[in-house]
Amino acid sequence: MSPELLELLVRSLVIFFIFAITLLIATYSTLAERKVAGFLQDRLGPDRAGPFGLFQPLADAVKLFFKEEFIPSAANKWLFIVGPSLAMLTALMSSAVIPFGNVFVFDGQEIPVQGMSVDIGLLYIFGVVSLGVYGLMIGGWASNNKFSLLGAIRAASQNISYELAMGMSIIAVLMLAGSLDLREIVIDQQQSVWNVIRQPLGFIIFTTCAFAECNRTPFDLPECEQELVGGYHTEYGSMKLGLYLFSEYINMFVSSAVISTLYFGGYDVPYLSQLGLDKNIETIIGIAALFGKIFFFIFFFMWVRWTLPRFRYDQLMNLGWKSLIPLAILNLIITGGVILAFENFSK
Amino acid sequence: MQLSNRTKHLEPKPLNFWERMYVPVIAQGLNITIKHLFRKKVTIRYPEVKRELSPVFRGLHILKRDAQGRERCTACGLCALACPAEAISMLSAERTKDEKGLYREEKYAAVYEINMLRCIFCGLCEDACPKAAIYLQKDRFAPAFFGREQVIYGKDRLVESVTNRAKVGLDQ
Repeated sequence: MSPELLELLVRSLVIFFIFAITLLIATYSTLAERKVAGFLQDRLGPDRAGPFGLFQPLADAVKLFFKEEFIPSAANKWLFIVGPSLAMLTALMSSAVIPFGNVFVFDGQEIPVQGMSVDIGLLYIFGVVSLGVYGLMIGGWASNNKFSLLGAIRAASQNISYELAMGMSIIAVLMLAGSLDLREIVIDQQQSVWNVIRQPLGFIIFTTCAFAECNRTPFDLPECEQELVGGYHTEYGSMKLGLYLFSEYINMFVSSAVISTLYFGGYDVPYLSQLGLDKNIETIIGIAALFGKIFFFIFFFMWVRWTLPRFRYDQLMNLGWKSLIPLAILNLIITGGVILAFENFSK
Repeated sequence: MQLSNRTKHLEPKPLNFWERMYVPVIAQGLNITIKHLFRKKVTIRYPEVKRELSPVFRGLHILKRDAQGRERCTACGLCALACPAEAISMLSAERTKDEKGLYREEKYAAVYEINMLRCIFCGLCEDACPKAAIYLQKDRFAPAFFGREQVIYGKDRLVESVTNRAKVGLDQ
C-alpha cells in the first residue's frame, strides 16, 4: 500500500472517529440535560429506560423516527427540508478543526488528533458558525407561519449581533498566539499560561456570545414556549425537529470545545511533560483532559439554563450592541497595549 | 382613592455598579442552584415505593354485606341521586322466597353500575347511603383500564366477597 493511501486511510479514520464521538456526546447531552435539570430541581431525571436512564436517548430517537413525517401544505417544500439539514450540516462541520489531542507517533509517522490540520482553524470555525444562522432563518421562513417567522427573525438578529463581540474577543486571543491555527494557540498556552488568566474579560465576553450563538438560555428567545409556541421549529415534527434539537446540542458541544481550546489550554495538562511519559500516553491523557473540560462546560451550559431568567428582546439587543462590543473593543485595546509594552520593555 | 394610610410607594432602585456587571449576581445565582444538586431528591420511585395514604382516603368503591352474608344494598337510589357526576345507575328487583339468604330486604339491586370515568371519588354516595352499603376503601385504587368496556364496574366487581370481607368505616 502506497504511503499516500495509508495516510489517507488514517486521516479518514480520525475524521470518522471525531464525527462519531461528536454524535455520541450530543446524544448523551440530551440525557444529561434532563438529568442535570432534574437534579438541580431536587428531583431525579429520567431513570427508567435502562440503568440511570442510559437508554433514554435511544427511546427518544425511536419515538422521533416512528412519528409521522409531514410537511404543511402551504409551506415551501424544498426549503422546509433544507432548514434542519443546513442546521445539522453547519453544526457538524465545525468539529473538524478542533485539536482533540497532541500527535500520536507510530514508528516515525505522526498522526495529529485533528480532523483537518489547517492553519486558519479559528477563521473556519467563525465562518461556519456564521453560516449556522441560515438553518434557523430558512426553517422559520419555510414554515409559512407568522410565529415561526418572528422566531427566525429574532434568532437571526440575535446571532449576528453576538457574532461581532465574539469575533473581537477572538482577535485578542489571536494577538496573543500569533496564529489562526488552533493547534498553535494551544501550544502558545502550553508555553505560557492559560488564556483565561491572560484574558479574563475576553473569556466572559466569548462565553456570553457562545450562549447566544447556541440559542441557549438566557438567550433562548427564538425558541421559548411562553412567547412563540416553538419559534422557528413550531411547524416541525418527527425527525426534522429531531435534527433541529440535535444540532443545538452539537453546537453546544463544539462551543464548549472551542472555549476549552481558546481559553483553557485545550489538551494541555500543566506539568505533564515533566513526568516523562511515553508520547502516546501523554496524548491520551491530553485527550482525556480536553474531554473533561468539554464536559464541564456542557454542564455549565445546563447549569446556567436552570439558573437565569431569559432576556427580553430589547435587553438582549442592548447587551449585544451597547455592552459587549464596547467591552470587546476595550479588551482589544488593553491587550494590544500590554503586548506592545512587554515588547518594548523586554528590549 | 386610598382606603387607608398604610400604602407603601415602591420604586425600582437603579442598579448599582456591581449589579450592572451581571457577572457577580450570576455567580450568586449559580451558587444557589448548585446547592440543590446535592440535596436529597423528593422523587418517589413508584411502583417499587408507594406513598402513604391517609386513613380517610377515598379509593375504590365496595358494596358491603351484613353479618349474615346478605347484601345490604336495597337499590333505594339515594347514592345515584347524591352523585354529582351521575356515575351510578341501578335496576331494582323483588326478592324471591329462595333468595332470602342473599339479600336483606325485599328490594335489591339486580343491576348496579358505577362508571369509573365519570366518578370523581367525592364520597357523597357513601354519606348518602341509609343502609351503610357503599363505602370508599382507603387502600384500593381503580386500576388502569385500556378500553371503555373495562371502565363500567358492575356488581361482580363492586360487591365484596362473602369470605374475604373488607375493613371499611368504623371497623378500621
